[in-house]
Formats: sequence, C-alpha cells, structure tokens
Amino acid sequence: MGIIKVRDLVYEYIRRDEEGNVEGITTAVDDVSLDIEQGDFVAVLGHNGSGKSTLAKHLNAILYPAEGTVWVDGKDTKEEKYVWDIRQTAGMVFQNPDNQIIGQIVEEDVGFGPENMGVPTKEIWERVEESLKAVGMYQFRKFSPNKLSGGQKQRVSIAGVIAMHPKCIVLDEPTAMLDPQGRREVIRAVRALNDVERITVILITHYMEEVIYADKVYVMDQGKVAIQGTPREVFSEVEKLKELRLDVPQVTLLAHELAKEGFPMPKGVLTNREFREALDQCMR
Amino acid sequence: MLRDITLGQYYQADSVIHRLDPRVKLGTTILFIISLFVFDGVGGYVTAALFLALVIRLSGVPFRFMVKGMKSIVFLLSITVIFNLFLTPGEPILHLWKLTVTQEGVRLAVLLSIRLGFLIIGSSVMTLTTTPNQLTDGLEKMLKPLNKVKVPVHEIAMMMSIALRFIPILMEETDKIMKAQLARCADFESGNLVKKAKSLVPLLVPLFISAFRRANDLAMAMEARCYRGGEHRTKMKPLHYERRDYIAYLVVLCYLAAGVFLGKFLPLLLGSVFA
Amino acid sequence: MPIILDKVSHIYGEDTAMAVRALDNISLVIPDGQFIGLIGHTGSGKSTLVQHLNGLMKATSGAVYFNGEDIDSEGFDKKKLRSKVGLVFQYPEHQLFETDVFSDVCFGPKNLGLTQKEVELRAYAALKLVGLEDAYFYQSPFDLSGGQKRRVAIAGVLAMKPQVLILDEPTAGLDPKGRDEILDQIAKLKKETGITVLLVSHSMDDVAKYVDRIIVMNKGRVMYDDEPREVFRQYQSLEAVGLAAPQVTYIMKELREHGYDVSGEVTTIEEAKQEILAYFRER
Repeated sequence: MGIIKVRDLVYEYIRRDEEGNVEGITTAVDDVSLDIEQGDFVAVLGHNGSGKSTLAKHLNAILYPAEGTVWVDGKDTKEEKYVWDIRQTAGMVFQNPDNQIIGQIVEEDVGFGPENMGVPTKEIWERVEESLKAVGMYQFRKFSPNKLSGGQKQRVSIAGVIAMHPKCIVLDEPTAMLDPQGRREVIRAVRALNDVERITVILITHYMEEVIYADKVYVMDQGKVAIQGTPREVFSEVEKLKELRLDVPQVTLLAHELAKEGFPMPKGVLTNREFREALDQCMR
Repeated sequence: MLRDITLGQYYQADSVIHRLDPRVKLGTTILFIISLFVFDGVGGYVTAALFLALVIRLSGVPFRFMVKGMKSIVFLLSITVIFNLFLTPGEPILHLWKLTVTQEGVRLAVLLSIRLGFLIIGSSVMTLTTTPNQLTDGLEKMLKPLNKVKVPVHEIAMMMSIALRFIPILMEETDKIMKAQLARCADFESGNLVKKAKSLVPLLVPLFISAFRRANDLAMAMEARCYRGGEHRTKMKPLHYERRDYIAYLVVLCYLAAGVFLGKFLPLLLGSVFA
Repeated sequence: MPIILDKVSHIYGEDTAMAVRALDNISLVIPDGQFIGLIGHTGSGKSTLVQHLNGLMKATSGAVYFNGEDIDSEGFDKKKLRSKVGLVFQYPEHQLFETDVFSDVCFGPKNLGLTQKEVELRAYAALKLVGLEDAYFYQSPFDLSGGQKRRVAIAGVLAMKPQVLILDEPTAGLDPKGRDEILDQIAKLKKETGITVLLVSHSMDDVAKYVDRIIVMNKGRVMYDDEPREVFRQYQSLEAVGLAAPQVTYIMKELREHGYDVSGEVTTIEEAKQEILAYFRER
C-alpha cells in the first residue's frame, strides 16, 4: 500500500441558520479515491470552493470522513489512537503564513512540533538546524517572523513541518497569498525536499505553473476528481480545464490555439522549448 | 502611534543581563519593586539608583532608548505628582490661587515620582532584555507549583505567548482597516463621544472577524503540529540556573541589605562625620 | 482632473536609525481617462505611492497636485479628495462590515453627506457597474465568494463617484477564472464610465492585456513608464528586479533565437498567434 490511500471519501458540511436548525448540506468532497506512493510529487488543482482544501484536511486527520476511509501510512484516520502518528507522518502547511507561525523567533517556531512530540532537547536543536538548512532559512534562525517576507515565512512553516520528520507533507495553497518572488521560493524549496529528501509532496494549488513538475495531477471540481493524469495529460484538456475555472500555462494555450488553426501541434505542450520543437516539425 | 511605546519591547543585544535566566530577572524585578516601597530615607534611594544604573550599564541598552519609552507615561506620572502636591494636608509652604502646597505634599510627590520612575525603568530593563517567550517560559516554570492546585499554568503561558506574537500583526491590520475605511471617507475624529464610538464600528467589525479567523487557523495549525497541551512536551530551550544566575541572586541580596542598612544609618553616618 | 506628483519622496521612520526611503523623488502625471498598470514586487513602493494619491499618506518632500491644487495645502478638503480619487485596498475583508451588501456599499456615499435617496441610487448604480446580481444585495457580505467580495469592495468605492479608481492587487487570492472575471469587469466599467483606472499588481500577465500604460517601480523609483510593449522589451532588466514579462514574450524570444523571423514585441496570446500565423503564411 502507498503512503496515502483514499477510498470513496465523502465529506459534508452541515449549514445551520441562526437558531441552529439544519438549513442544508453541502457535499464538499464527493466520492474521491486516491493512491499516492512514497516519494511522489502529487498536485491537486481546483478552483476556489472545489473541495480541494477539505480533501487536504483529511490527509492529516484534521477532518474525518463522513463516508469512506483514508489511510495514512496504513493507518485509518478514523481511529483515534493513531491521530498523533498520522499528524506526524503527514505534516501540513497552510495558506496564511501569519496564522501558522506560533513562535516569536524563527528557530523556536521550527522547534514547536518536535517539542510537542516529546523529542529530547539536544535532538530538537539538531532537527531545527537541518530543517532550516533544508529550506534555506538557517541564517534567519534568530529573526522575528514579523520581519520576514511572505515567501520566507512560508519556508519557515515548511521547516516547522520537516522538523517533525514526516514521510509526507501536504501543502494547502501555500502560495495563494504570496507575490511571484515568494511563490518561486516556496516551490523551489518544496521541489528540493521531494528530490533530495524523497519526502512525498501533496501540493494543493490553483496556479498552473506550479504543477508542471508533479508526477501526477488531480483536478477537482464540485468535490469530485474531474481529471487525473500526468501534467501533460491534464494540460491536453485545455477546453475542459477552462470549464473548470482553471487556466493552462500560456505556452500550452498558444499551442492549443495554433492546433485549432490546423497546425499539427501535439497536445499538452509544457515548455517553450517543446513549443519551438513542435513548430520546427510544422516547418518541415 | 502605539508603535512608539518601548515599554514591553525587546532590545536585541548580547549582555550578561540578556543571558540571565528569565526567572532571575522576574524575581529581581519583583524584589526591586518591593524594595522601592520598603526602603526609607535618602540612603535607600541612592542605593536603588546605583543598583539600577549598574544593571542598565551591564544590559547594554542605551539609556536614551529607555527614556524614549518613558515619554508615554510622563502624563500619568505628572498627574500623580500634581495630585499629591496639592491635595496632601499638612504644613503649608506656598499658596497658588485656591491651592495650597504643603511640606508633606512636596515630600510625597518627590517620593512618589522617584518610586514610580524607578519602578518603570526597572521593569522596562527586564522587558528590554528578555524576549517575551523567555518571559512566559520563566513564568511557567516559576508558577509550576500552582499546577497542583489545578491552575493551568502551561496553558496560561501559551496564551500569553501567542497573544504577544499576534499583537503586532493585529496592530498592523488595524492600520490597514483604518486606511481602507478612510478611503471611503470614514470619519474617526469629529463628533461627540457617542458619534465617535459609533464611527469605530467599521473598524472593529473587520478586526474582530479577522482575529477570530486567525485564532481558528492557528488552532488548526497547532493541532496539525501535534500540539496537545503541556503533557508529554519537551523543551527546546529548557531553563537551567547557571553560575551567573546564582551570582545575580547574591548581588540582589547584597543590594537589599545595603539598601536597608544605608536607609537606616546613612543619616547617622553623615551626622557622625560632620560632628 | 489630472493628478500630478512633483518630486515626491517618502521616508519611513525619518530621524531614526532605521529610516527607509520608500519613495525616491517621484514625478508623474496621471491624466484623465487612462488605464494604467502600476507594477512592482513587494516593497518596491507601489502601495506607498498610491496612498499618496488620495492623501492617506503625506509626502516627506515634494508635492501632489489634484486638479491643480496642492493636496497638503492648508484647508484642502481631504474627504472630497478621497471621494474623487477612490482607492480599493487588496483585501475586501478589511473594509466589509455591514450586515448586508447594499448597506455596506452605502457607507461611502453616506459619509459624503448625501440624501438617503441619492446614497441608495449611487449604491445601486455601483453594484450594477461591478456586475453583482440583485440576488446578493441583501446577503451578508461575509457569505460571498472571494470574487464577489471583491466586487462589493470595488462598488463601495465606486459609489462615491470617483474620477480616478485605484485598485491595489484586485486579483490576489482569486482562482484563474475569478481573476479573469474581475479584470474583465474592471475593463468594462472603465469603458462605460471613462474614469481613470490605476491597477496595482505584481503580475505582468494580468495587466498586459488591459492597460495602455505601465509604470514599473523598483526600490522606490520609477524604473519604466511607457506602453506595455516598450516595457516588456526590457525583460532582462525586469527579471533582474524580480519581475518578468508575460510568458508569451519568452516564447517569441525562444523562436527568434532559433531563426524564426517573428516580432519580439508580443504581449498577448492573441498577438502571438497572429504573428505565427502570418509568419507561416508568408512562407
């Protein structure tokens, strides 16, 4: 079994009016199944309100399935005795960097997770050092988080999760509140973790350019998985993605537009170079 | 603005005082404050002044920086002084219109301003040299015995430290909300008290909503990082007393003794010299 | 009514050791009816700059003129200025506070001391301009989606009938479709009302399609101030300051470097498509 396995997951939010009567039920996640292997880089795409964040919160036992089952490293998230194991195995990074940094000094924040796990003091320091180095924030260890940029804060949050030695990290729209510079920093750090440390990465986002490097992409809509496959396969479906309120990278879109004009362009062009090579083919 | 208040701010430096165990600093501050009210006579205050000067010198915090923090409380200080000056009954020495300044009033006013001034400088030395986190750690460990009587010491300390972390964030947010409403021609200044209070609604509603949201997010983030209260927890920076801390306690004891002694006997000593 | 900035500088924390020069000697003219993109990464001074335009911040040196009057002169009506130069901040959550959408939009015009009737007429017109459907008018603004909240926030400023509309990062946090929808809506309302629009953004891709002038800020100075294609031609120096031209610009560069004789001054997908089609037709 892979590191994460989700079977027929359903999750419902119950909406209540002011008196507490049930007004209606919103199905946020509707019959989703996933399999994620150790070491994979998986991206979950979807517009706001597609259910992708609700799905993410199930992978860390913050939410529990209404129906279906989620296994993290072989453990059922519904079983209370596994909660802490699961949260340590699958670390989570959230959207707003300000609302997840607890410490008032960078290194103290990174140490927060290991402290909670009861790691001995000496080892906490070792973990903090290696985690901060892994995201390139070691020289900022004595800083107050308030003095850092958005991208740097988010890297501190990632370090805080790595210090718990997870097998897998779930990033719930980690770049949504960042500028392009910060976005690049965070994605670079995440890719490095996946490449070098072989940590499984599950990246939830609505930025298309961030999923190009993923091994597998799931596109969500109305709580269901609408498209899945490699980035190339997913980006081949330009029209469908547009229907799902999503974009494709400009290069993919340009190739698609030319294909509509009768050019023999392949589907799912992802880089400028591929685009040029495809045009070279057209020239012959 | 609120940002100019130095009281409660940390001044980054690497001094002996900075390195002391926060419990020592907390304890000393409390003892120092008590000493200000116990000491009597010029001798005691001279000792206190010398002690304070020594600590400030060792702390490496520029005195200028401390005085800047005092500005915000000058108003409070002057009110107390004025009240004491004019409202203490006793031997009159000066008549100003309908008010009378008495000998006792002058004495009390001088005494009080010295006490208050020293008290504030003394406690700001502590906050300037101790990070809020060390402070809460120190408090947590000092108050640990209270755990036995069911006081949730760890939780209180954690709450304090989170509050301290979010104060600057919420202040910045207040500033942004204020500007957003000013851009819609909101008026926070004119009108009577009722109108002014009403004008705060557009500021407070977004601020509270945001604060609750942040609290909710933070709770989730803490749980995701395996936070489950004070049990099973280890510390990244556990507190140990070191040699310098014991020395510090000794110095404080000497100070107390010297203060009491000089307070009582300085006049006698001086008297014998002049005789 | 044009806005003129004359050698405006702003220094945060002047007289302290930590003084930061956020704006450095900026001179600009913002004439009537332009659609301008103000681009710069975080900390480039763009947010500080726009707050000088409606008098929320005061220049440390230099002057800002609105309609020929110095906005910091004695007796100048700041409130009136703010109603004429409307500024919408990045997060709608920072301004929405009323129990329903309509009352929230009424807040601005009400502060101008208009009659209740005029206030409501303006609020209604503004909500129409941002394309919000009537069904949402009496809902709580907090229950709306991100894109809808943003529309309400913009309407809240439009209801004061400004002549200049400044939008600080109007697309932050929206998904791609939401982003396109809001930008299209802004372009549409610009066309309908003819007001000056200043779009503050850190994304070149967002603004390239819409604006007719781009001002690039870096370290508190104006780095470029020109038509989009002229600005994007400098993509190398843009990259050096942490910005980038739209991806199509790089696609065309890749093509040119490999012997394709296509224009390098392309800024939108549509232009690129036409350029490539023309190239193949000629052969």
